[in-house]
Amino acid sequence: MITLNINNTAVSLDVDPNMPLLYALRDELNLTGTKFGCGMGQCGACTVHVDGQAMRSCITPVSVLTDKKVTTIEGLDPAHNHPIQISWREYKVPQCGYCQAGQIMSASALLNTNPKPSDGDIDTYMSGNICRCGTYNRIKKAIHSAAQGNSHE
Amino acid sequence: MSKLTATPLTADNALFEVENVSRRAFLKQFGIGSTALVLATTIPGFSPLLAAEVTRNGQLDKAQHALNFFVSIDTDGRTSIVCHRSEMGQGVKTSVPQIVAEELNADWQQVYAVQGQADHRYGPQGTAGSASIRKQYTKMRKVGAAARQMLEQAAANHWQVPVADVSAKEHFVINNASGDKLGFGELAKAASKLTPPADDAITLKHAKDFILIGKDVELFDQHDMIAGKAIYAQDIQLPDMLIASIARPPVIGGKVSSFDASEALKVRGVVKVIELKARSMPVSVLPLGGIAVLATNTWAAHEGKKRLKIEWQHGEHAVLNTETLQQQLIKTVSNKGDVARTKGDVYSHSYDQENTLEATYSMPYQNHSPMETPSATATVKGSGKDLTCTIWAGTQNPQWAQGLVATELGIKKEQVELNITLMGGAFGRKSKGDFIVEAVELARQVAKPVKVVWTREDDIKHGFYHSISANYLKAELSDEQGADFWIQRLANPPIGWLFDGKKKSLSTGDLSVGFGDTPFEMANMSLESHKADSHVRPGWVRGVAALNNSFALGSFVDELADKAGISTQQMWLKLIGSDRHVDLKKEGFDYGNYGSGFDTHPVDTKRMKACINHLCEQANTAQPQPKNQGWGIGFLRSFGSYVAAATKVNVENGKVTVLEMHCAIDCGVAITPDRVKAQMEGAMVFGLSIVLMGGITVKNGQVEQSNFHDAMVTRINQSPKMFVHIIESNEAPGGVGEPGVPPIIPSITNAIFKASGVRVRHLPVNKQLKV
Repeated sequence: MITLNINNTAVSLDVDPNMPLLYALRDELNLTGTKFGCGMGQCGACTVHVDGQAMRSCITPVSVLTDKKVTTIEGLDPAHNHPIQISWREYKVPQCGYCQAGQIMSASALLNTNPKPSDGDIDTYMSGNICRCGTYNRIKKAIHSAAQGNSHE
Repeated sequence: MSKLTATPLTADNALFEVENVSRRAFLKQFGIGSTALVLATTIPGFSPLLAAEVTRNGQLDKAQHALNFFVSIDTDGRTSIVCHRSEMGQGVKTSVPQIVAEELNADWQQVYAVQGQADHRYGPQGTAGSASIRKQYTKMRKVGAAARQMLEQAAANHWQVPVADVSAKEHFVINNASGDKLGFGELAKAASKLTPPADDAITLKHAKDFILIGKDVELFDQHDMIAGKAIYAQDIQLPDMLIASIARPPVIGGKVSSFDASEALKVRGVVKVIELKARSMPVSVLPLGGIAVLATNTWAAHEGKKRLKIEWQHGEHAVLNTETLQQQLIKTVSNKGDVARTKGDVYSHSYDQENTLEATYSMPYQNHSPMETPSATATVKGSGKDLTCTIWAGTQNPQWAQGLVATELGIKKEQVELNITLMGGAFGRKSKGDFIVEAVELARQVAKPVKVVWTREDDIKHGFYHSISANYLKAELSDEQGADFWIQRLANPPIGWLFDGKKKSLSTGDLSVGFGDTPFEMANMSLESHKADSHVRPGWVRGVAALNNSFALGSFVDELADKAGISTQQMWLKLIGSDRHVDLKKEGFDYGNYGSGFDTHPVDTKRMKACINHLCEQANTAQPQPKNQGWGIGFLRSFGSYVAAATKVNVENGKVTVLEMHCAIDCGVAITPDRVKAQMEGAMVFGLSIVLMGGITVKNGQVEQSNFHDAMVTRINQSPKMFVHIIESNEAPGGVGEPGVPPIIPSITNAIFKASGVRVRHLPVNKQLKV
């Protein structure tokens, strides 16, 4: 049994310790907000926070997470009103919506470390998250908008 | 929390109970379907039109009343409107209800979208070819108007006044004389018992009175998407479900010679290994066969697959090498082909070599690569005549899939219940039912629910690719008309091969997509196509044949402009010529016009020129650019819409940086302008992927790419500032999903030429320049 802290809840998992977190979340815990996109850390659809840092859950075995805090899209904000989520709604970012959980988790992790990122900072940080629908312009605008909110705090 | 989405699949009811997401639950929730009380007649395009009274969850006070097959209203006014097309990011699940609600005069806050299941009674459900709004606009308006008229009639009956003396407004019907009003919810029961109006008695609004059409409403699923609650095909979880990962033949038509599953079966969680049915070519859109590993979790299924030892017999299609094929196609188009459209005489003319230009362009195979790889879940229960099958899948063509499954199981279509989930992108890939039939084939054998999940490698190696192509163009400059003596040739493996395994010639339908409809006014023209053989599955990818045809046409117009010493904008205007509706039939070409009528969607040269001019003005393409920078433009009318694109790039030290992109679209009436904008933004990013780095290559019949590291797509750092300019119009709505991509393609390569003098005629750009 492996015990993980997911969204501030302790959960016990009876799985192969090598199982990447993504599959544990989706198949064992019914937390399907985190998505599969490539299985090799290329696209960012599976991004979660581990101790506040963005991490690709499709290549992170559950065994390395036992003393860490994992946050998924479901746990980012209890009312789904994290500043990035508010901003995402305001700019109507999603098209198909599939990659957006990963985009939101990356964007919120970016703001954790860099509260007022430049365009270049966003390009660098967010280039690991693919959106095939092409919502990049709105992602950039929404991050800047949420960052503006940060400066008023 | 914003508006809930009334789909049969929500995070709360889909995850644990089969029954909760069954048709019965759907009926219970929404009161639409076979248990409904049928009272009504039909209107053209939709039959039967149902009017019904049913209860929801056994609560009489929550009675819901169906006014027709698309609209039903609760006694509390809550209004459910069915979207019968599939949502893949284009926004149709919002825009279809928006059109219906407009004519219904409903209060949008009380409207809920219901995703329709596969059901022939909705009419065609194939969500492709940018056709949902283009072809369903008037029908959906009539659906809303018919329901509104029933509510008005019910109110008139109540007040015992002529129906002309009442009017529906914002979810109420008002007595014009007394000012009394009755809510839609109060009227629903009485209205549901009325006979729907006949088609010729349905009255539609004037465009000037539109409240909802043209308004940027929020997507019904947006909140759930942002909260991580929206349910896609891969998110379906059922009790006792097994997950299947399949090793498919690396070469199409290949077969399993032998396999050893012993290592796969050692993986914790793997419960079974099944050899799929070997199918003979042509497989059409059916599965390719192979070996399936079934496990209790997705990771175990994928790990088990990696441990299979399979000997393949590759078969006849192992001959394909795309490098050779590309050269063959390029060589082929240097010769005269089968004439699709001709006027005047281009072959007796003696070309003035100084003023004549010829060029050949080529584009490799392209994959859809939606972010959500194909996935479907199926259960098969009972046997013989009582066999039933329930499916959850993200599919662009529910009724086609339903038919394939019925044939597979030897049952009637009606015994196949197909629930449509949100799709994590599709771009044409999910029109095919192969992954759905795979799930059904396996579910039948294990007598348990089976979810098939494709890996990214599966998606890239076993796709239905946009065909590799070569286009040739030749013309002589002419002062007045830009050019004359125009020869245009195309060679690419046709999509038709998919279905018969034989076809080599392009059909008139194929040639209608950005090739045979070149709208130029010159006197002499010959448009020709060549035969080509297939060894991988060709398919429809967003933009379809217009992708390569627009690349060639848009590049050639730019090359002609350069040779003539005028702007590309000027060259387009000259070539298009006078204001007119181009009649291609007169020139012997039976133009398909994307299935639209010429009355609603003429080939209008005035709109073409207006679109190009609007783009150039908005992007200010005429402004002189610094060294190493330049603007390129492209234009195409396709899928009933007019789209012009402009791209600005910087090219230095052999590296291309895209700086800015613009798109101008005349799509007639824009139902949800912000979603039109979003589709154009998406088209620009999709176009960048194709031009800068896109391409699937094949060696010995096997696809060489495997994941996003070698089948690259545009990332945020390669995506510039984008601007969309929607041309206001009351013309019939055109398509939006597909027509954005084609004109963007040449705009990028033309910009590279302006910035650097490097003419890219063979895509992708990254074979010549860094991107």
